[in-house]
Amino acid sequence: MKDTDIKRLLYTHLLCIFSIILSICIPSFFLENFSILETHLTWLCICSVFVTAVNLVLYLIVKPNASSKRSSISYKVTRFLKCCIYFLMSCFFFHVIFVLYGAPLIELVLETFLFAVILSTFTTVPCLCLLGPNIKAWLRVFSRNGVTSIWENSLQITTISSFIGTWLGAFPIPLDWERPWQMAIERKKMCRSFCVPGMVLGTVTQ
Amino acid sequence: MGDDTWKDLFPGAFSQAFFFPSFNVRDLHTVDNGILEHLYPTMDGGEWDVLIAHFLGVDHCGHKYGPHHPEMAKKLSQMDQVIQGLVERLENDTLLVVIGDHGMTITGDHGGDSDLEISAALFLYSPKALFPRVPPKEPEIVPQISLVPTLALLLGLPIPFGNIGEVMAELFAEAEDSQPHSSALAQASALHLNAQQVSRFLHTYSAAAQNLQVKELHQLQNLFSKASADYQRLLQSPQGAEAALQTVITELQQFLRGVRAMCIESWARFSLGRMAGGAALLAAACFLCLLVSQWATYPGFHPLLLTPMACGLASTIVCAGLLATTGLKLDPVVLGAMAAVGSLLPFLWKAWAGWGSKRPLAALFPIPGPVLLFLLIRFAAFFSDSFVVAEARATPFLLGSLILLLVAQLHWEGKLLPPKLLTIPRLCFSASAGQPRHSGTHALGLGVGLLLCIRLAGLFHRCPEETPACHSSPWLSPLASMVGGRAKNLWYGACVGALVALLAAVRLWLCRYSNLKSPEPSVLFVRWGLPLMVLGTAAYWALASGADEAPPRLRALVAGASVVLPRAVAGLAASGLMLLLWRPVTVLVKATTGTPRTRTVLTPFSGPPTSQADLDYVVPQIYRHMQEEFRGRLERTKSQGPLTVAAYQLGSVYSAAMVTALTLLAFPLLLLHAERISLVFLLLFLQSFLLLHLLAAGIPITTPGPFTVPWQAVSAWALMATQTFYSLGHQPVFPAIHWHAAFVGFPEGHGSSTWLPALLVGANTFASHLLFAVGCPLLLLWPFLCESQGARKRWQPLGNEAEARVRPEEEEEPRMEMRLRDAPHHFNAALLQLGLKYLFVLGIQILACALAASILRRHLMVWKVFAPKFIFEAMGFIVSSVGLFLGIALVMRVDGAVSSWFRQLILAQQR
Repeated sequence: MKDTDIKRLLYTHLLCIFSIILSICIPSFFLENFSILETHLTWLCICSVFVTAVNLVLYLIVKPNASSKRSSISYKVTRFLKCCIYFLMSCFFFHVIFVLYGAPLIELVLETFLFAVILSTFTTVPCLCLLGPNIKAWLRVFSRNGVTSIWENSLQITTISSFIGTWLGAFPIPLDWERPWQMAIERKKMCRSFCVPGMVLGTVTQ
Repeated sequence: MGDDTWKDLFPGAFSQAFFFPSFNVRDLHTVDNGILEHLYPTMDGGEWDVLIAHFLGVDHCGHKYGPHHPEMAKKLSQMDQVIQGLVERLENDTLLVVIGDHGMTITGDHGGDSDLEISAALFLYSPKALFPRVPPKEPEIVPQISLVPTLALLLGLPIPFGNIGEVMAELFAEAEDSQPHSSALAQASALHLNAQQVSRFLHTYSAAAQNLQVKELHQLQNLFSKASADYQRLLQSPQGAEAALQTVITELQQFLRGVRAMCIESWARFSLGRMAGGAALLAAACFLCLLVSQWATYPGFHPLLLTPMACGLASTIVCAGLLATTGLKLDPVVLGAMAAVGSLLPFLWKAWAGWGSKRPLAALFPIPGPVLLFLLIRFAAFFSDSFVVAEARATPFLLGSLILLLVAQLHWEGKLLPPKLLTIPRLCFSASAGQPRHSGTHALGLGVGLLLCIRLAGLFHRCPEETPACHSSPWLSPLASMVGGRAKNLWYGACVGALVALLAAVRLWLCRYSNLKSPEPSVLFVRWGLPLMVLGTAAYWALASGADEAPPRLRALVAGASVVLPRAVAGLAASGLMLLLWRPVTVLVKATTGTPRTRTVLTPFSGPPTSQADLDYVVPQIYRHMQEEFRGRLERTKSQGPLTVAAYQLGSVYSAAMVTALTLLAFPLLLLHAERISLVFLLLFLQSFLLLHLLAAGIPITTPGPFTVPWQAVSAWALMATQTFYSLGHQPVFPAIHWHAAFVGFPEGHGSSTWLPALLVGANTFASHLLFAVGCPLLLLWPFLCESQGARKRWQPLGNEAEARVRPEEEEEPRMEMRLRDAPHHFNAALLQLGLKYLFVLGIQILACALAASILRRHLMVWKVFAPKFIFEAMGFIVSSVGLFLGIALVMRVDGAVSSWFRQLILAQQR
């Protein structure tokens, strides 16, 4: 049981990383002038969409948690809508946090919001997939001794490492005097580069 | 034209200018192409005396690609073409000077002191023949400072006063009339002018500063007077030999070079030994703080202190004796350092000996990981000039991270939510609606409120000069500089509103802990003196912001009032502080019949004597004694009912004094700032209040045992002091000092006294350091204050009097700060520990600054960034240390006063 779980966990993480890489490579075939640095906003959108899609698909295939007893259509629809609302709320919440942390209020609002979206895709979407729209379960997972399964453990590690990566990403900001939007890029890059080892670490430590 | 740094350096100096953005190192062509577009038309236009074209492409290219790159070749050949084009267009009376301000290393960078970096090309060209003979293949090296006198004299301008350069004599030789005599005479006269100026400078400088070598100075002055006499003699008798002229020239040159060498030696000298010694001493002191803060709570600590003190004194005396006998000059710095080392070494030795046997070494580093990380980041950030410049933004970021970390930690350890909720996720929905759940959102709200406060305070931000894209907040300027009556009135209203809000908040706080009912003079002062101070401040601001609009008849009155009002406010604050020191105990004693428990908010010691265990404490005994006394008295007066003695506000007696003192300190400081900064002061009080609450939520109260203040609390406090320094509109550079603070209350200036304006400006600059350092003991006191809330909540459901009377013994009283008095030994240790921890956090900062300034002493930015930062940080450290000392002294004074108050009570009852 545990071995199969670990294998599945490894595959899901590999797929997630692969999707991020794909989101860099694929658009360059379809879009002109695409590069991470120049058209970073587009890339942020694409990356977010890719990761969300992969997460959803994986969730539907793997089904890590026990399926709920109720399975009526209306229940599923409300659940889905709830998930959407939660996602949006988390985006706005992160946006507010970024602004409180010193991001400009009016200028660069699009960058900041997209950054909030991508951080939400890295943190909120897996939570939604795994735990459902259930804040209490989230709070339980993110506290000491609150983890009950491998999946939750990996979720904990990846999410926390995403946050730490985002936080670390802020440090080069004073160093670059180039273009202000690099802030978003830098944060993003750092975020991902810390997210990925976090994922791998999560798998290995099991 | 060219580099837009000129615009910032010499605003308005040019009659015509074309500037282009220069900050982007990757942009090789904007500046150069911009110059080329305007250079030739301007030259041909002919409306210029001096034309400066500052090309930047080569410098940027060096930074980006290095010297050996095809781009560099392109850039250099472009410059070559530019020079060729210029040479073709030059008129006969024009001199082309091509200079580089620095060289570059093999990686293309500069800023250091290697030969490659400090040597640059100098190319002089004029269509008219400049030099009498063909220049040598290996021309001599001309110091860069020689350009100033040369160009000045060539342009027919006086040489600037501060110059110590030497004119390039070759340029003054008149090559055309090939008479060697007149050419030598021209050279000599140029040199003589130069030497006269340098001698004047030297004279003034040596009178003002004593750091030049006296002997050398004398020698040089002799040389100058001799050369100058020779020169005068030669002028009188023009038929003198050419050889004599040459000697004069050499003498003058010798003089100029001698002066330069002497000045360079005495100015650009770093005492490496002192630097290393100072840094080592600082590091050792930090280590000591860390060590002692760990040991302060252990028993048996005090005997450790005496011998090192004696050793330190002894070593100082021995050292002084040695120096005196060998006839060397007594240097107080060295003596102080010897004393410090002498006391440090034995202490560390003893500590090491005591440590090894008892405790594992790991306990030496008690700082928890995340906080250690924060301290390390802060330590490292001082070594990068970008981070020092960006500190105003980085500090709120770190502070915000620390706050979120605190909230997250609270959650992680399960203190935010009830344990039931965490273990059984789905079932306890109804149970979680109770009180602990409320405290969870409470902590979260505190965190978000703090972040909001920090962000708002960040709006009041002065930009460092180095960031061109940044705009300083317009709110930092005084109201008097505003135009537009309506906006001014609105702002004035907001400022006064902030003042009133500050006052109301403090009064509300005191009222809540019911310290406002006491008849003590200091409380009376808070009730009546503080509003007076607010009134005075508001009136002063009104006068200051609208002084120009006053009708002429009232001018004298306005001027008088603007002198009197600030002094009055300061005097009121001082008298308030005096009163506070005189009678710091703000306690109201009442002997009442009936049930005070239900009527008063806090009655820490009331009612009949409690259980047997409490008899160990002194205080209940006193109360028992008093109660017996009152009972006797009441029996005499034949009154009925249960008897109680209530001492109100005893639970918050320490912090009430602290808060009162802080408010009294804040008002004069506020007066020194621009009006709109009062909003920041309001935010300051608000955010420290929120932070204290948040921290108190995470600190458990250990009733009998040692009290400790966790490291994260101390670091957050220190960070907040730095953050407030910036949001009060300061920057650690000298141009950003608010000089106008010296004229608050002294609009006519100070005459010759210097210490008073220095004090005023210093108080303005280091206001936040002072306030936070004085308020530091609140970190220890606050958790005890917060204890009352939980207790009160438990109290309320009991409600009716009957029940309250039935169960007084079972109910745990909120003893609050009296817990501290119950264990005076631990209290003292905790105060010491708190002070040392705060000093350690500050000491780490100043150590980093000192190290950065000494290691990077040849850095390009050392005088612009690192050295001022170090000076500001050092001054801030001194102010903080004094403030900390004062704060702790105040707490001790309150402690003593409370003790004597108890004693008086006993005496009064015994009589």
